[in-house]
Amino acid sequence: MADLINFFTHHWLGQAIVILAECLAVTIPLLVAVAYMTYADRKIWASIQLRRGPNVVGPFGLLQPMADGLKLLLKETIVPSSANGVLFIIAPMIAFMTALIAWAVVPFDNGWVIADINVGILYLFAISSLGVYGVIIAGWASNSKYAFLGALRSAAQMVSYEVSIGFVLITVLLCVGSLNLTKVVLAQSGWFWSWFWLPLLPMFVIFFVSALAETNRTPFDLPMSEAELVQGFQTEYSSMPFALFFLGEYANMILLSALGSVLFLGGWMSPVPYAPFTLIPGVIWFALKIAFLLFVFSWTKGTLPRYRYDQLMRLGWKVFLPVSLGWVVLTAAVLQFGGWVPKL
Amino acid sequence: MILQALAFYVFAFVVMASAAMVVVSRNPVYSVLFLILAFFNAAALFVLIGAEFIAMILIIVYVGAVAVLFLFVVMMLDINLTALREGFLKYLPIGTIIGVILFFEILLGLGVIGSNQSTLAALGKAGPQVLPIDNTRAIGRVLYTQYFYLFQVAGVVLLVAMIGAIVLTLRSRPGVRRQRISEQLYRPKSDAVTVVKVPTRGGV
Repeated sequence: MADLINFFTHHWLGQAIVILAECLAVTIPLLVAVAYMTYADRKIWASIQLRRGPNVVGPFGLLQPMADGLKLLLKETIVPSSANGVLFIIAPMIAFMTALIAWAVVPFDNGWVIADINVGILYLFAISSLGVYGVIIAGWASNSKYAFLGALRSAAQMVSYEVSIGFVLITVLLCVGSLNLTKVVLAQSGWFWSWFWLPLLPMFVIFFVSALAETNRTPFDLPMSEAELVQGFQTEYSSMPFALFFLGEYANMILLSALGSVLFLGGWMSPVPYAPFTLIPGVIWFALKIAFLLFVFSWTKGTLPRYRYDQLMRLGWKVFLPVSLGWVVLTAAVLQFGGWVPKL
Repeated sequence: MILQALAFYVFAFVVMASAAMVVVSRNPVYSVLFLILAFFNAAALFVLIGAEFIAMILIIVYVGAVAVLFLFVVMMLDINLTALREGFLKYLPIGTIIGVILFFEILLGLGVIGSNQSTLAALGKAGPQVLPIDNTRAIGRVLYTQYFYLFQVAGVVLLVAMIGAIVLTLRSRPGVRRQRISEQLYRPKSDAVTVVKVPTRGGV
């Protein structure tokens, strides 16, 4: 037994096996969550529009995501003859992969994290800025007007809103004094009003709206606005490549909700720091918080109309950027002069 | 350590190969994509020597922002691939000379040749050092104290470049109708909506 423990903790092969197992332990539940997020999305929109939503396949339509996945798997992968074959196939892979690798640093509970690195926030920010490549390469490689226009819109939109997300992250790390995500959560311990959503409420709102823009969701779904661009950068995709884009989009939504709960909703903390609530495992609280933010994602999609493109750019550059920049300065000043600078 | 060594050789090989492909590949879009791959693997090398902050900043700034704009511009251009190849041999000698000069400068800087022999030995010992503080904090401490003025000057230089770019592209065209959000919001209901009582079968 001691030999076995020694093998997994010290031998390089054992360490590699452990890392692989940890990755699977995160990825498989994530993929299941993505599948059921599509189901939840459709059910929520259906309820908003007084419909029933998927209810035929399996009890309450619960097997619908599996049926959809199977259908996409069995379709033919069509590569347009004038498309750039290699990049056309690589693009959805990039989109899907970037949505998965970010999960390496997300803490699910105290110590439940694959890589507890010092620069967790920066890592997430870096990975989320890579998501744009899948889109832009897809748009170019498809060799189609609609796809290219959609990709250009999407790239401009993601780059714009990343700026304000960056400033939101800076305010949070000013309050924490560390870039480590576990420390970010630990800095919010206490009742639910001591989580950062209340003291940094404007930043939470900006973060959420920017997250909608980052994931190309309504009201910012211009890159694939059906009425003008067919399906934007996904126009030429079918079968599994399309499915990878689709899964990547939902995995990204879940990721940004997880980031939102870590930064503003106290991660794995229970809202009331006393016995009956703290007995519930942290990972369940974390999942509940993610589910709440995802519900708001679907709610917005079911409720709001689409932005016009110039309005979207105006919101990003002329409203969010100055407000978040000002809030960074304000937070720094309040921490410095109020004597609340986190102990290093 | 075997995993680290293996990772180092993989990343180093990919950096070299993709850097070569940036120059060699025929399609400029491929060049930019190989450049991105090179940046990415360079960041991975930074992680391996324990400079995680610089690695992340490299990805955020170069891969996340600069290279996206590169790609944007290159994709929008209507590029004649054969025209790009012309003159390759003409510029080859001067390119080689610049390359050789840069190579010797690196050797000088590392102390392989010249009087400063000790640097390479010091570099050989460098590895992930166990610092009492993480390197984000270490960089912050020197950047905002010792190098404060240089840091500010760098910021001003970037600001000048930005203002220059804006001045070059800003032009006021007559007859452009701008959207004024505040005016739209302050527009009273009486200006915007008229309620008409339409008699049945009468029409408006």
